[in-house]
Amino acid sequence: MMPGGDGSVVTQEPGSPGAHAVRPSGRLPSTFTRLMQRDGVAALTALVLLLVVGSLLWPSFHSLDNARNTLLGNSYIGIVAIGMTLVIVSGGIDLSVGSVFALGGVIGVYGNNHGGVLLAVAMTVVACGAVGLLNGVLVGYFGLAPFIVTLATLFGVRGLVYQLTNAGATTASVPSDSTFAYLGTGTWFTFGVPVFLAIGLYAAFHLTLGRTPFGLAVQSIGGSESAATLMGLAVRRVKVSTYVICGALAGVAGMLQAAQLVSASPIIATGYELQAIAAVVIGGTLLTGGSGSLLGTAAGVVLLGVINSFIVELQLDSTWNNVVSGGFLIVVVVMQRLLNYRRST
Amino acid sequence: MTFSTDPGSPPVLEARGVNKEFPGVKALDDVSLSLHKGEVHALVGENGAGKSTLIKVLTGVYPQDAGQLFHHQVPVTFRSPGAAQAAGISTIYQEVNLVPTQSAARNLYLGREPRTRLGLIDFTAMHRAARELLDEYSIRADVEAPLASLGLGTQQMIAVARAVAIDANVVIMDEPTSSLEAREVETLFGVIDRLRARGVAIIYVSHRLDELYRICDTVTVLRDGKLVHTGPLAGLPRLQLVATMLGRELLAQTKRHSESDEQSEGPYAEPVLEVRNITRRGVLDNISFAVRPGEIVGLGGLLGAGRTETGMAVLGAQDLDAGTVAVDGRVVRAGSPSASIAAGVALLPEDRKLEGILPSLSIRDNIVLAALPRLSRAGLVSDRKVDEVVATFMKQLHIRATGPDQKVGTLSGGNQQKVMLARLLCLNPKVLILDEPTRGIDVGAKTEVRVTIDELAAAGLAVLLISSETEELVDGSDRIIVLREGQVTDVLTGDRLSEDELVRAIASVEPDTSEEPTDD
Repeated sequence: MMPGGDGSVVTQEPGSPGAHAVRPSGRLPSTFTRLMQRDGVAALTALVLLLVVGSLLWPSFHSLDNARNTLLGNSYIGIVAIGMTLVIVSGGIDLSVGSVFALGGVIGVYGNNHGGVLLAVAMTVVACGAVGLLNGVLVGYFGLAPFIVTLATLFGVRGLVYQLTNAGATTASVPSDSTFAYLGTGTWFTFGVPVFLAIGLYAAFHLTLGRTPFGLAVQSIGGSESAATLMGLAVRRVKVSTYVICGALAGVAGMLQAAQLVSASPIIATGYELQAIAAVVIGGTLLTGGSGSLLGTAAGVVLLGVINSFIVELQLDSTWNNVVSGGFLIVVVVMQRLLNYRRST
Repeated sequence: MTFSTDPGSPPVLEARGVNKEFPGVKALDDVSLSLHKGEVHALVGENGAGKSTLIKVLTGVYPQDAGQLFHHQVPVTFRSPGAAQAAGISTIYQEVNLVPTQSAARNLYLGREPRTRLGLIDFTAMHRAARELLDEYSIRADVEAPLASLGLGTQQMIAVARAVAIDANVVIMDEPTSSLEAREVETLFGVIDRLRARGVAIIYVSHRLDELYRICDTVTVLRDGKLVHTGPLAGLPRLQLVATMLGRELLAQTKRHSESDEQSEGPYAEPVLEVRNITRRGVLDNISFAVRPGEIVGLGGLLGAGRTETGMAVLGAQDLDAGTVAVDGRVVRAGSPSASIAAGVALLPEDRKLEGILPSLSIRDNIVLAALPRLSRAGLVSDRKVDEVVATFMKQLHIRATGPDQKVGTLSGGNQQKVMLARLLCLNPKVLILDEPTRGIDVGAKTEVRVTIDELAAAGLAVLLISSETEELVDGSDRIIVLREGQVTDVLTGDRLSEDELVRAIASVEPDTSEEPTDD
């Protein structure tokens, strides 16, 4: 029972009965593998490859027009995917974002028409944040499964949106020269304002997730909730916060799209939850939580948009879009699996 | 931390008259504990004694139902683990409780991250501090690598470093050495000595008596949720300590026992189960024994001595580093429960609620579940056969119920256990491993289950009986194998088959010297 020669403790114990199988003869992963394992790098690489291939194939592909349209068209789902990333990294899921997106549009238009753009933003953030609060409290404090809770709010909020608009009979619109409409239709340096708003939000939440105690808590809770609890983190409060942020962002995204369309539609954004989840997963975030990056999610969102452009360039029927996106998602998940497998060898 | 350092100083942490009840169980019954500066306080007791519950109450995981905690003599209520940590009470849990996906450095500083002037986390400072901290405790690890990529012992040491680095005045260690190598244990003891010198009070939970006697000053023994002993450890003979933990008075009484002497060369001289030199690093160390048909062999020892693990190894549910298990002379492939079951091994798991019973299904379904392939023809289940089998077992094992359709969840614990037994017997086993067969069932039912076990052995089954209850082992076994830290330390037969001897054997004390701990 004497300490070893240098009195120190061995770091690697090959074959130790840890939860993660550690192979005794594990080679060090190659530089390539390690690089790909960095959160988001794989999605970024795929994105760059697609852009290069597309540009070589079609002159129109790398036009500024295409970039403008792709970025503007995906800035809304991009903002939704920010909140989704936080929720998924913390080990949860939020299926209600599509409905909340629609609610955000309706409330935003209402607020604008009853007091102006500031009221629109405030009402949207509060109302949609409240849906997130409901989700979060049911998940965090009552211990209900996030899948079921947010499935319920997916239905409930969509129903509420129909209620507010008399099942779509009353379409509220905003004057196209209002400040509110400018949020969606305005351009800076020829790019749509929502693109810049999305980029700003990505930058802010990238720092939040990666560089703040809150972000670290989100990651840790996803990694091991029991450990996070026993380490004294405010697990429930953090979980609730992720859902509130997710709801508020989905609402803001919906409000921005309503601004672009200068009207709110109750049927908009069905299936957005799945698109957002797909973008998050393609971006390298584990669906089981614990780690992820907003850089990756951004790449995932744009990647799905670029796939869409490919379909257009190939002059395929747009119904192929989902087939290709779905196939791509499977490829990504399989890759993740393989990379993770290598990580644990 | 401006308190006097003399041993008679007021306690740093004190629990008075703590009660904690869970549905159906009184986990803590009027338990008090006081902890002084610079003291290493052993907290011991068998499974279910209430140690973990007490720790969880002390650290804000559970609120107590009654009683009061005092921290520096001030009444306190910790509403969360975070609140306890903020007060300087730090805990190292038995299972490494860190986040596996995060780096060692992040785990060390989670919740108290160093910040830059902008309020963002200063990772450079964090990594530097983490390296310094680990250096200080001679732990070598890449602080930026995910925790899961480090060895289990290193992870545990990082948990220790985290607990200690939080400016703690009380550190609670729940079996901290269970996943450590000998060298790491030495490092840990070094840490404990330094903490003691700094005036930190430590609660140390372990079943390894050698460790307790080496580093602990005082001991508190819990049994069935009650405080049964507290006092200095140095003068307490090891035998006495074990007897207190197990709740046995040291009386020279030998229980009556089955007449048939186990050494007899009767009709069943050929063992049906032969365990040869099974070894699993850190768990089982070169264990060998044989069980003949009709024989009941007991496995005794303290919690964590390797009893359950031995049973699991015989079932093939443990990968082995060395050694073999043979049934009827044929070696069974290790690590494959289905091969062992096919060879005739059946195991009644320790926790029937978690690992066995399907409460929402009927008695009939619960019994025949595993045997359905044998009871069907051409893929169809023969109802007639099933009814026959179920009726036979319900009668043979005296299962009391309104009928085979009664839901198992509505049966008493004893009857549930018999349903589990019936399920195993459906498989026509030759070797029956029973892990704590009477835990959690009332006294009358215990006797019935014990009688049933006797009958099964009499019918020719080889039985391996694992139990924490000395009385059950001594009364029920033909022979008792005593384990300690994964090794066979004694085998009790014939005259030595008494509770007294068993307690002595578990405490590793020679029969005639009931003084002073003998160190290896």
